Amino acid sequence: MSVETAARTISEAWDEIVVRVLKANKVELVAYVPDKVLAPLIKRVHADDFFTVLAPAREEEAVGIVAGAYMGGKRGIVLMQTSGFATLPNVLASLAVPFQIPLLMMISERGTLGDFQLGQALVCRTMRPVLQSLGIEHYAITRMDEVEFIVDSMIKQAFMTQAPAAMILSPLLTKKLAI
Amino acid sequence: MTANELKSASRDTARLMNRSDLCRRLVAKLKQEEAVIGGIGNSHFDLWASGQRPQNFYMLGSMGLAVPIAFGVALAQPQRRVFALEGDGSLLMQLGALGTVARHALKNLVIIVFDNGMYQITGAQPTLTSYCTDLVAMAKGAGLAQSVWAADEAHYEELIDVALKGEGPWFIAARTDQQPPAGVTERDAAKIRGRFMQALGASR
Repeated sequence: MSVETAARTISEAWDEIVVRVLKANKVELVAYVPDKVLAPLIKRVHADDFFTVLAPAREEEAVGIVAGAYMGGKRGIVLMQTSGFATLPNVLASLAVPFQIPLLMMISERGTLGDFQLGQALVCRTMRPVLQSLGIEHYAITRMDEVEFIVDSMIKQAFMTQAPAAMILSPLLTKKLAI
Repeated sequence: MTANELKSASRDTARLMNRSDLCRRLVAKLKQEEAVIGGIGNSHFDLWASGQRPQNFYMLGSMGLAVPIAFGVALAQPQRRVFALEGDGSLLMQLGALGTVARHALKNLVIIVFDNGMYQITGAQPTLTSYCTDLVAMAKGAGLAQSVWAADEAHYEELIDVALKGEGPWFIAARTDQQPPAGVTERDAAKIRGRFMQALGASR
């Protein structure tokens, strides 16, 4: 069975699966800076009363909010695109990592596999080196049949080990298989 | 008390106060296990020196994020008053956060800004507030109607009392002097977070 065939046998869209897994893990707070690829997920969390949804001015601000909410007992996630992630090394290195905060990040990977914007393409190349140098767990989701396992297990590991986690939405998932 | 009933000084008429003294005056009024987020540098040094309450969180980096962190805590714990202590240089780095606070209007959130017009810890280089920028005007422009300059210590205490009872969010700005902080925070990030979460009843 090809990847595409496998994907079509899954009746849920990737964003629908993400919402289901977030709810199952009691991740109630969603702070996002918009991205076109993330748009269906953003629309879905806005439409669901389970979630408290915020749209702060910057990704760094979103990280501060989610970190504060965690310390107050509420689980949250930050949604952003690659260029937004590139604004975060300082807050990751001085807040999330040293204070051992299970900061969940979902990053729409732009600037690769056909992106026509040079700025996105250059910024994209900084993402993994930053995650690696800070020792932050990260994984790219490339196929529909990976969505539930990767999102669910990364969330659980983040909270069990009190460490940040970056879930990368690859164009292989969001672009190639877009229905 | 409504925003119209709040009297505000102007930045030019506000008395120059002492940050350490203002921290101690705030802490003396906290009887309900209120949370306090101390911004980077001298803001949290003076919070630390005012007594190491377990409900205090001390930022060791992430300049400008005292308000977003306090917002997150206030969102998670609506029954608890949450204070953000921030300096002028730090606040200038994350002005968008004022709009977020205004948009969501958390009733339990209080922002206190110590404006000494300088990046004191790095050698007293002037910030924008020493030239032309008025942080209370910026807060009001962001949508925070209850934004005031404290005229003097007595007025500052009145404003804290109002913020402890009334519905927020509040933005209280105080002009401060050039005195060094009264102490230095112990820099143990894991211990700071663990103690803070335990005090907030949010431990795993």
